[in-house]
Amino acid sequence: MFDAFDFSLLALTSPGWGGALLAGFLRSVELAAGGYLLGIVIGLLGATAKLYGGRVLRDIAELYTLLIRAVPELVLMLLFYYVGTDLLNKLMATLGREGIDIDGLSAGILVIGLVQGGYATEVIRGAIRAVPPGQIEAAQAFGMSPLKVLRRVTLPAMTPHALPGMANLWMIATKDTALLAVIGFSELTLVTKQAAAATREYFLFFAAAGLLYLALTLISNLGLRWLERRARRGLPAAA
Amino acid sequence: MPHRLALAALALAALAAILTQMDWTWLPAYLPKIGHGLLVTLTLLGSSIAAGLALALPLGAVQVAGPAPLRWLAAGFCTVIRGTPLLLQLWLIYYGLGALFAQFPEIRGSWLWPYLRQAWPYGFLTLALSFAAYEGEVMRGAFAGVPRGELEAARAFGMSPPKVFRRVWLPRAMHRALPTLAGEIILQLKATPLVATITVTDLYAVITRVRQDTYLTYEPLLLLIAIYLCLSGTLTLLLRWMEGRVPSGR
Repeated sequence: MFDAFDFSLLALTSPGWGGALLAGFLRSVELAAGGYLLGIVIGLLGATAKLYGGRVLRDIAELYTLLIRAVPELVLMLLFYYVGTDLLNKLMATLGREGIDIDGLSAGILVIGLVQGGYATEVIRGAIRAVPPGQIEAAQAFGMSPLKVLRRVTLPAMTPHALPGMANLWMIATKDTALLAVIGFSELTLVTKQAAAATREYFLFFAAAGLLYLALTLISNLGLRWLERRARRGLPAAA
Repeated sequence: MPHRLALAALALAALAAILTQMDWTWLPAYLPKIGHGLLVTLTLLGSSIAAGLALALPLGAVQVAGPAPLRWLAAGFCTVIRGTPLLLQLWLIYYGLGALFAQFPEIRGSWLWPYLRQAWPYGFLTLALSFAAYEGEVMRGAFAGVPRGELEAARAFGMSPPKVFRRVWLPRAMHRALPTLAGEIILQLKATPLVATITVTDLYAVITRVRQDTYLTYEPLLLLIAIYLCLSGTLTLLLRWMEGRVPSGR
């Protein structure tokens, strides 16, 4: 079966598509990493709003996570992409500037980050609730400002509880980047489809891209497991 | 709760604005198509869950109690499917298998060909395999989590291995897997619109079509989101009701 494949098509230089695939892969990793980081920031804000915010803030955060968890990612991405670019253009117009073209990378990161943020909110909220309240109260009793309590006590203490869920979210982020292919971002999946359509070697290219995704997942898995072990130092073993 | 009332009033106002200010004249003309798309989505969801679950049981059981080669095979399958994007799998199966099948005159001449020329079998296959892999991993944990004492007790009563599986191991594992099953089913619902990329006319594809026909950006998208919100909500309530009827496995 294998001699049916023309592996020279995967060569890195011009007649081969290897270089294009790797560039697409790099783009996917950038999108995933950027979206993931943005998701963590949104998640921290969302979790803080849900746990410590006023009633209105809490309801808004609740609506946001409900929307993210109930609607398909593909649809959300489409919505965020159009609404995001539209709002930005309108904003620019009211400011008297010309409509700008948002570059693909930041638009993609924004879209992935908004989706990730909904899930990250839930993960971080659960992790903060797992921190014994006495520790946070003790920090407050020492007269630390709320921000300092967050930085010095809550965040470090919740990290081991958040890591398994956050590791899961990273895996979802890497795979969610593929959905951007439907909106037309040239990341790994779209490049692969173009290469496959041009050469009619569907199995070869999709399998090659699959291996790239798989390698990313497996290597991330190793790293995340190491991080988790490190963060759990001194804690009782997981039940 | 005055703030809730204020929020509700705000939501109603937004809804009224959406209904009156936006352009919904296209809706009656497309309603039958949207209904059909909804049916396609639900059919794909139900059938892929049923097929995936049937595949997940052996995948999970083999990883706990199977011989080593089968165990590796099952674990490898789950890792590969769970480690790559669903969209990539879908395109690999649709374009790859589709092109492969077309090369063989035996297949082209067979009674299966009218079906294999359409897109939905490939969408169904991909969704079922994906559900099997994720649920297989859940079932692995569920099978492994059944207390050994219960299995030993069943054996001590003289049950044959198939009977132990049918009467004790499987029902107890299903109990344990049930809470996660609800989440997986919602995830599967959210995965279905991907089949629109291989020309299956599900709900998402119909709405895409509307958007292309009417040049409207937001209205069809809002309707789509509302429908998915209703679907997820109904499914969640239904699954919670089912869970409540079954005594907890823990």
